[in-house]
Amino acid sequence: MSVRLPDQPITSRPAGAPGAPGTPPASRRAVRRPGRVGWEVAGLGGIARPRVLGVLAVVLAFAVAGLVASVSIGEFPIPAGDVFRALTGTGGADATLIVRELRLPRALTGLLVGFAFGLAGALMQAVTRNPLASPDLIGISAGASTGGVAAILIGGVTAAGAGSYASVPLGALVGALVAAGVIYTMAFRDGTITGFRFVLVGIGVQGALGALTSWLLARADINEASRAMVWLTGSLNGRGFEHARWAGLALLVTLPVVLALIRPYQLLQYGDDTARALGLPVDRARVALLLASVVLAGVATAAAGPIGFVALAAPQIARRLTGTANLPLLTSGCVGAALMLGADLAARLVLAPLELPVGVVTGAVGAPYLMWLLTRANRIGRAG
Amino acid sequence: MTALLGSGLRLAYGDRVVAEGLDIEVPAGKVSALVGPNACGKSTALRALARLLPPSAGTVLLGGDPIAGLSHRELARRLALLPQSPMAPDGITVRDLVARGRTPHQHWWRQWSRADEQIVEEALAATGTSELADRSLDELSGGQRQRVWIALALAQDTRVLLLDEPTTYLDLAYQVDVLELVAELNHRDGTTVVMVLHDLNQACRYADHLVAMRAGGVVAAGPPAEVVTPDLVREVFGLDCRIITCPVAGTPIVVPEGRPRR
Repeated sequence: MSVRLPDQPITSRPAGAPGAPGTPPASRRAVRRPGRVGWEVAGLGGIARPRVLGVLAVVLAFAVAGLVASVSIGEFPIPAGDVFRALTGTGGADATLIVRELRLPRALTGLLVGFAFGLAGALMQAVTRNPLASPDLIGISAGASTGGVAAILIGGVTAAGAGSYASVPLGALVGALVAAGVIYTMAFRDGTITGFRFVLVGIGVQGALGALTSWLLARADINEASRAMVWLTGSLNGRGFEHARWAGLALLVTLPVVLALIRPYQLLQYGDDTARALGLPVDRARVALLLASVVLAGVATAAAGPIGFVALAAPQIARRLTGTANLPLLTSGCVGAALMLGADLAARLVLAPLELPVGVVTGAVGAPYLMWLLTRANRIGRAG
Repeated sequence: MTALLGSGLRLAYGDRVVAEGLDIEVPAGKVSALVGPNACGKSTALRALARLLPPSAGTVLLGGDPIAGLSHRELARRLALLPQSPMAPDGITVRDLVARGRTPHQHWWRQWSRADEQIVEEALAATGTSELADRSLDELSGGQRQRVWIALALAQDTRVLLLDEPTTYLDLAYQVDVLELVAELNHRDGTTVVMVLHDLNQACRYADHLVAMRAGGVVAAGPPAEVVTPDLVREVFGLDCRIITCPVAGTPIVVPEGRPRR
């Protein structure tokens, strides 16, 4: 790096002037610093962090391994090799049927839903700067639940999915958006929202929506209510391609938007004033990113029910793995997917042949994590 | 030359009006200090100059251009602001934080360039934080941290720098350290600096232009040696005092009379 002379003002120097004293040769495009490599090629440029990329690759590998294991393991075990043969259409008829029709849709739903929850959690926690602000804790999933239950009870569709399954994601999406709108409006004060207010209002809304869902269930027909209850626990059991399709569609729409907003996403983690001073239209960016989070959480909830703690834990696990200051977006999604598939495997295997809903496993693992988070937040005087 | 000019500003948080008909002028290339008692609206005025608080009436001109009409990016390229208590994600390194200052000059397809890297290194060097570059912000002392935040604003490479109470919560030595740094940057680059300061004596010492505010209005503005009088201090702060001359810098020093002891 060049060393500026004391009397040489920063602003008067032409940016990147070639031939300045100490400028490295033009052929050397990358600048290495501990933990980061700055690169510049043909007008493009960025900072690559080897550890972040490495962690992303490893977590992605875990998620894919979880997918394969989920398809392979079961009452009728199918070796991983046969799984691939079944997928490419060169395997036996039985295995192909089981893989393609029964297990793959479920595993794929788990993968996509987990990814969506992880992403939704990272977005919301980052934008509110609060690790407790997770869609499953502050009323977004609860809103989706109320909407989904209303759709099930009104539409009379089965939890396993029927012709009119589309009403559940739509109901859940509407419920999640309404809940988010209420929380945002109530938490907005003095031209901004603070993460703390957002969480408190969200917990209140969560309670109100829980009561509303109970009321809907109480006045429903017992058979319909029990179907809704299975969905409410959060389960991947009996998930078909129609579920995976909805989660996939939501990701297909929101992921490019989120990736295009990656800089606003990073800047919002610096506080409103600093972000504005650096040129970010804070309110617009915050609403857009929260909206993406709500859509992801809503559709994921519609596909698998309000599975708790994945959105809460995945971003924090991802951040600890990458060692970055910001919550890593894609890594959070991949951790979410790996967590979801791992939890589903555990749900199927722990009490086999009895199968637990995956929401029970994530709840059992997630609850202690939440307690740890709360005590820690209390001690350092943040997030609570 | 005027760098920033606010005229007829009406500043309010919701229904609470802080200033009405406020006129404020910041000379270019100088260090200006906004002083006044608590809740006199000096921080609010600074926020309005930086467009963090859009006025409900009146206009702010930045180098002659209405600030309300500038794009977010354009504004951030021309004016940097260090908020009163800036926030950063836990565990961020000094270099990563300072590199954020390049944001208004970057695009999503070019989030880093060699020129950016060089300007960041220069900002670190200018604030004496090069050795801290790979440390985490959380590990630093209050004074070091404030230097890093100033480096972030420097990396933005703007002609105007606004600082909201840059010395609050710092030990005396760090306060002087930060003020010396600001004066040095102004002297070297000709950057227009506006600071909100609590300490009137520090303001007299380090500012070329003093803006004394009370109850949302400007009471007096000008070079400290001209505007700081016992009458002004009584009017602005409600304090009886004598003015003596600083033996080091020749600037006014306010010495309170105090109340006679019983």
